[in-house]
Amino acid sequence: MILNRLTIHELQKLIRSQEITSSDIVKSVFERIDAVEGRVHAYITLMKEYAFAEAAKADKDIKAGNIKPLTGIPIALKDIVCTKGFLTTCGSHILHNYIPPYNATVVEKLKDAGAVFTGKTNMDEFAMGSSTETSYFGITRNPYALDRIPGGSSGGSAAAVAADECIASIGSDTGGSIRQPAALCSVVGMKPTYGRVSRFGLIAFASSLDQIGPFTKDVEDCAIMMNAIAGYDPRESTSVPLDVPDYTACISRGIDGWKVGIPKEYFIEGIDPEVMEAMQKAIKTIEGLGAACVEISLPHTEYCLAVYYIIAPAEASSNLARYDGVKYGFRAQDSSDLLDMYKKTRSAGFGAEVKRRIMIGTYALSSGYYDAYYKKASQVRALIKRDFEEAFATCDAILTPTSPTPAFKIGEKMDDPLQMYLSDIFTISTNLAGIPGISVPCGFTKGGLPIGAQFLAGHFEEGKLIQIAAAFEKHANLEKRRPVL
Amino acid sequence: MKITKEEVEYVAHLARLDFSEAEKSKFTSQLNDILMYMEKLNQVDTAGVEPMSHAIALQNAFRDDIVKDSLGNDLSLSNAPEARGPFFRVPKVIE
Repeated sequence: MILNRLTIHELQKLIRSQEITSSDIVKSVFERIDAVEGRVHAYITLMKEYAFAEAAKADKDIKAGNIKPLTGIPIALKDIVCTKGFLTTCGSHILHNYIPPYNATVVEKLKDAGAVFTGKTNMDEFAMGSSTETSYFGITRNPYALDRIPGGSSGGSAAAVAADECIASIGSDTGGSIRQPAALCSVVGMKPTYGRVSRFGLIAFASSLDQIGPFTKDVEDCAIMMNAIAGYDPRESTSVPLDVPDYTACISRGIDGWKVGIPKEYFIEGIDPEVMEAMQKAIKTIEGLGAACVEISLPHTEYCLAVYYIIAPAEASSNLARYDGVKYGFRAQDSSDLLDMYKKTRSAGFGAEVKRRIMIGTYALSSGYYDAYYKKASQVRALIKRDFEEAFATCDAILTPTSPTPAFKIGEKMDDPLQMYLSDIFTISTNLAGIPGISVPCGFTKGGLPIGAQFLAGHFEEGKLIQIAAAFEKHANLEKRRPVL
Repeated sequence: MKITKEEVEYVAHLARLDFSEAEKSKFTSQLNDILMYMEKLNQVDTAGVEPMSHAIALQNAFRDDIVKDSLGNDLSLSNAPEARGPFFRVPKVIE
């Protein structure tokens, strides 16, 4: 039995029956990290010493019978959530030495549920990217094909789960940054409803779109992680004071009698034929479970990308104004005055993609252009949200591909920002509307590259997503593959 | 052209960024491509549509005005590139 390959619920059973200890699991995970991390590079910072110390503490709890849902389970954190006393870089030179004086709420909640942290995972700088190639700390490779990208921006968190370098992980999703890498690495990834998981301590990219969510090896683990991290936080004014259901209760409910919408705008030319084929099979699987798949329309879909690439950079340009070399992070030397220090620090501290987005955002918000860009985009965003409200009036969930293509080659899209942006074409609308989405494995291409299916539901309907994703996972009869590393 | 090199220079100043001549030309052309793509939005009739700022309709989130502990001087300054005593140190601001 190789412990690092198991799921949270499998390990929890073994812990409860006292067959294994947390130290056994952590040892297995770090042996795996030692063996494959040189090729995958999923992590920016490893917390090995801390992890073994925490595992020893967890083992005392286990002996005493004090076992919580994540007791002793090794979990990796995207390097965008603040960890007190541990380097938190956001993949950027400008934060290369930043050690937060506090924990993000999601970190506190996972700790409270018993989790043991393994380290901080690699990501596109400030979560701006779809390939984890813009990180200041080097690229992450797809465990299923080392010459390809793992997706992004949470590529390190997805790759770490796929390569068994942790049992589950945390990512953040502003336009698909959890779901797209989950699809490309054959793991489960959920973006919860905006406001469901506290963003306190999440380094901000685009505040009206950002949301934290889990990467796991199966849907049941996703439910366990959601139970641990969801809920109102008085420290975060956009978190929503609603009760959190027990998501694990949704696992075995089935979807008999459901109506599942298939939006015609998401099944278009340009999708990889093998992805399309996998989706047709997925539709058959869903129908085989007693649900009716019906064609629906989300008429403003074609405008999502343009809306997103105005709103997200605009918010980012404002959020990233705080990196000025004064309070924390990198500061350029030999400045003649304060303004010169700001400019030198920011120009040397940010990478090309971050600067590009700050420029787009600053332009879109600047005097004379605000109405033409930001206001117009916010109006179209309202129409996109309305599309989903109308769709969910007639169906329980929506099924789409997560990504139009499987993982592309490293370097393939780095010189063409617009082509890179198109990788998010099926995931962006979710963030604009604030609804939850989940990506689940949906098979492999003939060449062995993972394909993902995405389910969407209405606001705060994560339970429905767990329900349909679990039913799909159980009955899809997909080819089983492990990465060869 | 949606954006000229002079506008790129002006926006860069607003964003407190400096670019080399080569970067300026590259950014001007890339930003032009991106802004041309954004033109798509003009096809949509948005007359009378209220701009949306957040996905979830929330009222103002108020809390009681109770004094709580804050980070304190040492922790607040712990990441400072340069500090002196209880202050962040910066290059000279006033003449």
